[in-house]
Amino acid sequence: MIDRRTLLKGGAVSAAAATLGLPAYARGGPIRIGYVSPGSGPLSAFSEADDFMVAQFLKAAEAQGLAVEVTVKDSQSNPNRAAEVARELITRDEVNLLLVASTPETTNPVCSIAESEEIPVISSVAPWQPWFIGQQGNPGDPGSWQEFDYAYHFFWGLEDNVGAFLRMWESLETNRKVGALWPNDGDGNAWASDVGLPAAAAAAGFQVTDAGRYQNLSDDFSAQIGAFKREGCEIMTGIPIPPDFTTFWTQARQQGYAPKIVSIAKALLFPESVEALGDLGHNLSCELYWSPAFPYASSLTGESAKELAAAFEDAAGRQWTQPVGFTHALFELAADALKRCDDPTDGDALAETIAATSLDTVVGNVGWGTDNLPDFARKNVAKTPLVGGQWRREDDGRFELVIVENGNAPEIPLGGTLEPIG
Amino acid sequence: MIWLDTLAQGILLGGLYALFAAGLSLVFGIMRLVNLAHGDLIVLGAYVILVMVSVTGLNPFLAATLALPVMFGFGMLLQTHLFNRVLGEDILPPLLVTFGLSVVLQNVLLETFSADSQKLSMGPVEAVGVPLGPVTLGLVPLATLGCAVAVIAALNLLFYRTKLGRAFRATSDDATTVQLMGIYPARIFSVATGIALMVATLAALYLGARANFDPTIGPARLLYAFEAVIIGGLGSLWGTLAGGLVIGVAQATGAAIRPEWQILAGHAAFVAVLLFRPRGLFPRAND
Repeated sequence: MIDRRTLLKGGAVSAAAATLGLPAYARGGPIRIGYVSPGSGPLSAFSEADDFMVAQFLKAAEAQGLAVEVTVKDSQSNPNRAAEVARELITRDEVNLLLVASTPETTNPVCSIAESEEIPVISSVAPWQPWFIGQQGNPGDPGSWQEFDYAYHFFWGLEDNVGAFLRMWESLETNRKVGALWPNDGDGNAWASDVGLPAAAAAAGFQVTDAGRYQNLSDDFSAQIGAFKREGCEIMTGIPIPPDFTTFWTQARQQGYAPKIVSIAKALLFPESVEALGDLGHNLSCELYWSPAFPYASSLTGESAKELAAAFEDAAGRQWTQPVGFTHALFELAADALKRCDDPTDGDALAETIAATSLDTVVGNVGWGTDNLPDFARKNVAKTPLVGGQWRREDDGRFELVIVENGNAPEIPLGGTLEPIG
Repeated sequence: MIWLDTLAQGILLGGLYALFAAGLSLVFGIMRLVNLAHGDLIVLGAYVILVMVSVTGLNPFLAATLALPVMFGFGMLLQTHLFNRVLGEDILPPLLVTFGLSVVLQNVLLETFSADSQKLSMGPVEAVGVPLGPVTLGLVPLATLGCAVAVIAALNLLFYRTKLGRAFRATSDDATTVQLMGIYPARIFSVATGIALMVATLAALYLGARANFDPTIGPARLLYAFEAVIIGGLGSLWGTLAGGLVIGVAQATGAAIRPEWQILAGHAAFVAVLLFRPRGLFPRAND
């Protein structure tokens, strides 16, 4: 029987063992990686591949003689929680490297903490503008923006998304009138700003009708639909959250608004969102940053994008999604940096090694310091290709995402051409 | 023409809000219980319909008829074993319990159905519009408004024309004295919550037809329901319908002027009504 006395004794012994064992373990033991992602909550669809990719990484690392440990922490889709678990990983788990993925709400707090604690961090799956500019003390004043010493990000930017949409719209005969549905949130305001769509669209000869910033989770879009109908917009675009797009699109069809092209950022990333629309989802288009058709292969396992997606579908029992490739690429970059670094327990040395990366990953080549970005972001941001995709409803009710535009990365094969919604 | 369209779309939207609010109004009117979990119970109803659809393969409208008795039973159990234990002089315990229930429901749904957003797919009828003179109205939103009016009318009949309704009203007036007449308030409360959850299921059907839902979407809907109940006047069912329409039209009008003002306009209408008629538009005389 355990009474208070034996419990205390036992506790003291194990506590002593822990303090004795810990330093030796820290010095000679495996390199510790902390991974933060939105495992639960509204953003959890981004993290479906986490378990599978971590297991795959640990297996590959062991085979290649890398002694690593991965601690996965759930941000619960909450920026405050993300910051809290990042701090926990750094102070309690004493990680040597942080990885973080999916939306600025997750990446930004984690990267800010890593930067202040001088722990290297690799981040992805958030357009680079909200990642870089969103972490600055004064986002409104470009003169005050500072580079980071420990935070490295790879993804695409707003300009790539705008470019992909414009090239898609060029490929069909329309009246070049565009209706825009931009919410009053970070993404919506960025798209509506000078660096967003209106200027670029005007330069390409498109006329944008901006229906104004509405609030997320609106139940009624009649005002916007009315405006698009009056202007005769044959193209419709926007960056709504998924429930709002469903409401909008269902109402639009009921009220007789039928544009030829509908290109929606963010809301149509996941097959579930499109399947929820049923027949109304056919031929909607969106940005596409990774698919099994990408002609790249993993540096970690040698699998092609197609094989990786198939392995994920087998293991998880669900259709591949775009973030799957990026979750894998994060671990590819981690393995690559750890292999090249002489002393991964030295934060400065590891950050320098990451900065010097040039790796062909399953999402394309990732290397920092390239000239396809403005000067201020060059050190910390690496760009990956972005193309345009269109959802096609198959006979069995499933939706396939077909690549219809590749101006940004001609090496990615087209799967078809943009079809009008009919 | 724009104004006519705005008014028509606003009234249709108001129908949905009135459906959200009807169950809340019923429960509050009878037992003075402010059910903070009402929005989550609507989302629960949507998931029950979704399960019925995927198990039986029926159209959501038919699946909802299967979901109604399930939700009625759940409401009875909820009231009998949870709410009845905390109802009393103090209004705080039931409030806290429903708040806790809201958190529990969200997380159970998240655990069971994941965070994927879902929709009740009605098939081709979803995209059908009915041209009425200068405006085109969606068939499903029209059905929503029709259902809201029917539900309110049916609840009124139940309240003022049946024996059960008499018991409801009597219990609402004085829960102690009715016991002298052989009415057991706890059982009356259970039936009332069961009926409220059936109404919530109908609201869920039309919510699921109009927009996506996921486990966390309930509280946002609760707010409009509350405002509709308060605008209409506590305890008045027709008032609740009017309250829903006021918010719907206010939101549509706000959006027509500037989309930023859509949600704000609904809340502003709520404040305006409270300023000029603090007891709502149609308060029940004896409260």
